[in-house]
Amino acid sequence: MAKMNMIAALNSALEHQLERDENVVIFGEDVGYFGGVFRVTAGLQNKFGAHRVFDSPLAEGGIAAIAMGMGLNGLRPVAEIQFADYIFPAYDQIVNEIAKLRHRSGGEFSSPVTFRTPAGGGIKGGHHHSQSPEAQFTHTPGLKVVYCSNPYNAKGLLTSAIESNDPVIFFEPKRCYRGPFYGDPHKVPTWNSHPDGEVPEEYYSIPLEEARVVMEGDNCTVISWGAMVHVAEQAIKDSGISCDLIDLQTLVPWDRDTVVNSIKKTGRCVIVHEAPKTSGFGAEMSASIQERCFYHLEAPIIRVTGWDTPFPHTTEWDYLPSPKRIAEAIRKTQEE
Amino acid sequence: MSDRKTAVTTPYTIGTAPFRPGEEADFGGKFKEQPGDLNRPDPTKCSADDTIKHASGLVRVLTDDGEAKGDWIPDISAEQLIQGLEYMMRLRIFDDRMMKMQRTGKLSFYMRSFGEEAVAIAQTMALEDNDWIFPSYRQPGAQFVRGRDMVSMICHCIGNTEDNVRGRQMPVHYTWKEGRFISISSPVGTQFSQAVGVAMASAYKGLDEACITWLGDGTSAQGDYHYALNFASTFKPPVILNVVNNQWAISTHQNLATGGRTFAERGLAYDIPSIRVDGNDFLALYSVTRWARERASAGLGPTHIEVYTYRAGAHSSSDDPSAYRPDDEFLCWPGGDPVDRLKQYLIKSGNWDEKNHAKLEKKIDDEVMTAYKEACEFGDLASGPYPPASTIFTEVYETVPWHVQEQREELGK
Repeated sequence: MAKMNMIAALNSALEHQLERDENVVIFGEDVGYFGGVFRVTAGLQNKFGAHRVFDSPLAEGGIAAIAMGMGLNGLRPVAEIQFADYIFPAYDQIVNEIAKLRHRSGGEFSSPVTFRTPAGGGIKGGHHHSQSPEAQFTHTPGLKVVYCSNPYNAKGLLTSAIESNDPVIFFEPKRCYRGPFYGDPHKVPTWNSHPDGEVPEEYYSIPLEEARVVMEGDNCTVISWGAMVHVAEQAIKDSGISCDLIDLQTLVPWDRDTVVNSIKKTGRCVIVHEAPKTSGFGAEMSASIQERCFYHLEAPIIRVTGWDTPFPHTTEWDYLPSPKRIAEAIRKTQEE
Repeated sequence: MSDRKTAVTTPYTIGTAPFRPGEEADFGGKFKEQPGDLNRPDPTKCSADDTIKHASGLVRVLTDDGEAKGDWIPDISAEQLIQGLEYMMRLRIFDDRMMKMQRTGKLSFYMRSFGEEAVAIAQTMALEDNDWIFPSYRQPGAQFVRGRDMVSMICHCIGNTEDNVRGRQMPVHYTWKEGRFISISSPVGTQFSQAVGVAMASAYKGLDEACITWLGDGTSAQGDYHYALNFASTFKPPVILNVVNNQWAISTHQNLATGGRTFAERGLAYDIPSIRVDGNDFLALYSVTRWARERASAGLGPTHIEVYTYRAGAHSSSDDPSAYRPDDEFLCWPGGDPVDRLKQYLIKSGNWDEKNHAKLEKKIDDEVMTAYKEACEFGDLASGPYPPASTIFTEVYETVPWHVQEQREELGK
């Protein structure tokens, strides 16, 4: 075990993959010599060579396209999209091409690309360095969508994403790169004292499809992913109500059994995500949960999300779900 | 040098086609560029600067009198040329048969290669068997070169139980891994930049393989075209990037696709050797592609080719070109008919005659008809049977996830 922040844990996962599989190549904007604007690929070019870890021209559409071509010709590309907000020039290549290749070719071709991309708010990034566009990919058959939340699961999930023979969009909550985020912008804790900052140096993986039960309780099920897992944890403590907290980890395919079993126990559910509410992945979960748990529900499912507005710069703390809003929602589920 | 004829309006310029319905099309009879005008640079040493004239000119081998002339005469035997002629004739007859089937509802849609038969066929013949082919929808002819069974091709087009892509794609969107013929996609141009990645993977593995890809003059406006050129220029993988300038993108003439200069010349700014070639001249196309392949083998990376041709047929079975161009425009195209030009060359050089030609035509016609009947035994779009509905749910992922499995059970098939 070693103390690692999320950046070091992701770097460790990439290093193991480069060592274990000579077909793994890593590229993107600034990822080579410099090691990435968030330092996730630091040192890897030096260790494995510029043919395996390299800087690409600044064109997300081109990055995605060459990733698809490399992937269908036997490589296992890991492409970094520097900010999730910048993924949209690559959207056609990801959604129409990479996601559909296996199906449209009758299984003759496939391209096991992993797109790593820092997402979410909390760094004063304004509209174009803060968005969390997971729902724009969960709506695309053929893609797996993963959202890590801490160093331990970041390493294990990224390992599985790269090893998956399906294309994966891997979201990294950039606010949590160096420490968990409990919703108070004035406190900047590190991973140093957090149990999930204890990360094995050796290789391991966490299966895609499995949610993580962060804490167990009796009266409400709180579901979240990414940075909001920690905000939800704070909110549960603030509310004083005994809750299950589920970190979904993989959104497609999501771990419905863990969610349904929890709600059958608690009868109440709050879903928290920082992306806008309308057509967010919380809507999909809420619909699926009521299909399965209608007669177990004691109260309406409540979503606590970012607003249906562009992400703001100076007022981001009023945009992101706060411990206060989440705690109020948890309390509200107890009133019925 | 541009064919541009514009209608200038204020405040900006709107291009227009040279001729519209009701006008008499006239391209001036012959190309002014002649075989022998342009040298063949040493492919193992050539830089982009060595191709400046090739990018604005036109590489030709066949003279207007049907003889071969100049530096670009390829090293290809008469037997291979007859084989190339056979592939082109096969493609034209195949296309005509499929178009007839489309009109009877046995397939939903079709796209012919009429007038552009030489493009994929000459170019694929110039490659090695292990090279990757990343086509657009108008290069199905490459499959004949690689030996694909026509029954299998027709089964795809008519979406029956033997369609290797299980009825998931529109007709002519072929996939054929055995022939290294990569799956065709409808959104135009996406394959161009993907092909750069395919070639990078071949280079990474240290293999002497190239990837060839094509898109149209209209599609060259897409970002994917420019990504491809820039990434190819940056990483220099063994990729052959072809802009098939067939004059027409559905109803949009090439004059509306770009503001000037040839398509080939764009490659020079990316420092990629770039050549403009008569796309109806089988020998020139073969030769230029072979040259590009030699550059790839020499480790010099990409080549950019403008294949100058004419889309003699409609864009697709859903298109009516008489609404936007003179019906007989293709008859006065200076490049003529690629099939007829190769035929005349072979006759003139004493390797072919009308009798053999007619015999071959009849043989192919019979084979296409036999293949068509055999394919129809597995069903067609009009009357089925189709691939089982369960194929909707398979190969979306490597294994079927629970939510897709539940939906399959909901369908109950």
